[in-house]
Amino acid sequence: MRSSVRNLSTRRRHPLAGLVVLLVGLVVAGGLYSAFAPRAATAEEVSSRDVEAGRQLFLIGCASCHGKNAEGITTQNGGNYGPSLIGVGAAAVDFQVGTGRMPMAQSAPQAPRKTPVYDAEETRQLAAYVATLGPGPVIPEGDKLNYKDATAAEISEGGEFFRTNCTACHNSVGAGGALPNGRYAPSLEGVSARHIYEAMQTGPQQMPVFSDDVITPEDKRAVIAYIKAVQDQPNYGGLGGGGLGPVVDGMIVWIAGIGGLVAFAIWIAAHGARVKKR
Amino acid sequence: MSNEIEHNAAGAVTEPIADPGLPEHQYRPTDVDPAQERRTERQISFMFGLASLLAVAFCVAYFAIDDNQTFLGWSALNFALGASLGGALLLIGVATVQWAKKLMGDHEIIEMRHPAASSEEDRYAVMKDINAGIEESGFGRRPLIRNSLLGAMGALALPAVVMLRDLGPLPYGHANTVWAKGMRVVNDVSGLPIKPADVEVGQLVNAEPAILFDVDEEGEKVLHGADALAAKAKAAVIMVRMRPEDITPSKGRENWGVDGILCFSKICTHVGCPISLWEQQTHHLLCPCHQSTFDLADNGKVIFGPAHRPLPQLPLGVDSEGYLIAMSDFPEIVAPSYPELARDQKKLGDSA
Repeated sequence: MRSSVRNLSTRRRHPLAGLVVLLVGLVVAGGLYSAFAPRAATAEEVSSRDVEAGRQLFLIGCASCHGKNAEGITTQNGGNYGPSLIGVGAAAVDFQVGTGRMPMAQSAPQAPRKTPVYDAEETRQLAAYVATLGPGPVIPEGDKLNYKDATAAEISEGGEFFRTNCTACHNSVGAGGALPNGRYAPSLEGVSARHIYEAMQTGPQQMPVFSDDVITPEDKRAVIAYIKAVQDQPNYGGLGGGGLGPVVDGMIVWIAGIGGLVAFAIWIAAHGARVKKR
Repeated sequence: MSNEIEHNAAGAVTEPIADPGLPEHQYRPTDVDPAQERRTERQISFMFGLASLLAVAFCVAYFAIDDNQTFLGWSALNFALGASLGGALLLIGVATVQWAKKLMGDHEIIEMRHPAASSEEDRYAVMKDINAGIEESGFGRRPLIRNSLLGAMGALALPAVVMLRDLGPLPYGHANTVWAKGMRVVNDVSGLPIKPADVEVGQLVNAEPAILFDVDEEGEKVLHGADALAAKAKAAVIMVRMRPEDITPSKGRENWGVDGILCFSKICTHVGCPISLWEQQTHHLLCPCHQSTFDLADNGKVIFGPAHRPLPQLPLGVDSEGYLIAMSDFPEIVAPSYPELARDQKKLGDSA
């Protein structure tokens, strides 16, 4: 200890000493600030500054379809150019913007999941602004998303909820499926627990709403736990094929499997070296 | 068509093109080169040997590999078992083909066609035996025994018919579903009763009649086993909420919903698949089996697909505690369509 103090003392006139002291000071000050400063605002505690920043972002990126006051724009023949966002809540914004679905790249039957355009901070500001337009679902957090602690019984119950409410569109293992007119139910692979929760709560695009009063937060957590469990389990049968079921499996076996055997047999019969002379 | 085959004086046929005969036999490398022959022999026995090693490896893997282990995301156990057994079978097959193609006898054989029937003597002997059997048993001389035997054989079909008939109910002539006036509409799986305020616009609730979750004094389900499954299979419903101004109820159905909440059967009217694939913005309900599409904002009308009658609708109301209830059973038959449906629908209408 004493030697290190002596070391420091002898090097206090080193050309870089000033820089080192400055850096140490900055790190200490920054660390203290982040330790004692107010936490970054969550859904409940957003500042008016966030709302204003969100409004500015909204006017630039969203208002052309959703209207300057988010009241929605109706087309001349009564269609929906961009729906009203009044009362959709912060959860809807966090889902639509956080998964990259909004802003849409072009007018299309479906807004696909893509790399988000806005970063987490901007998404939070947009959500804060839209949340002020009318009461709506808040961004879920904490225990609601804590699917990792779910027991086997809860996962199994989540599976029952999933098969009753979700598999019609999303397939029994969440691989997604087709809908009419170019739309589709997306795959649930790699979707975060928060976004799955928000989708159930807000019903994006053609997806129906599953409100917390009917499918309770505990039920939703169980559904998420099931989705994650089913995606994590090893594939005992080899190739899963997207869980599309026995008809597709059978078709692949008939065409690729039996077809391959037939081709192999023909190849065997067609080949065989011969020589002219003995 | 003219007969183009000419006959010569002796009556034999002359071919328009001379028979070229068999091509000259060509030898295989293994027939002419002893070194190649020995090499092929070694290859084949090596493959058979490897196949027996793989069979042993299968047994080792069966006991040695833990069934929780994974390999490339697959179950390591299944992978090892499949690879070793499949590999052993493949090697035996490949080695056998190689053996047959390269080492086994390789001379062409000609086998002339001949009639498929047995010889006259054999046929005569068989018929003689049969006729002797008929004669000695008196099958032709004693019609009473013969006819009663045939009767008994015919009667044996009756138990089979009765058992087959009892496999399930006939598709008609049954009461409709377990829904009744005042029965609560509860969420499937959890059995939670639902208030109108719990259901948002755009919401889909996969629901069941409360009787499926009701328990008696001893805590036993009122309906259980096959009865519960049969009831559930017919009574499953979906409840959706739309904006009231979007809904165009037909005459007599104006008060079947509660603030835009409507309830429909989940059983497709085509062949009875359960449908819950609902597009909340278009109000269309799709059947995943054959793509029948129903417009729930327009009384469950068929707008696409093979179904040809609307989805039955369940009239909804609210009980004294504010929960959603059915106001009656389905006025229409809940079932896939069948030939006598119109007659049964008339019967159901008369009894109601």
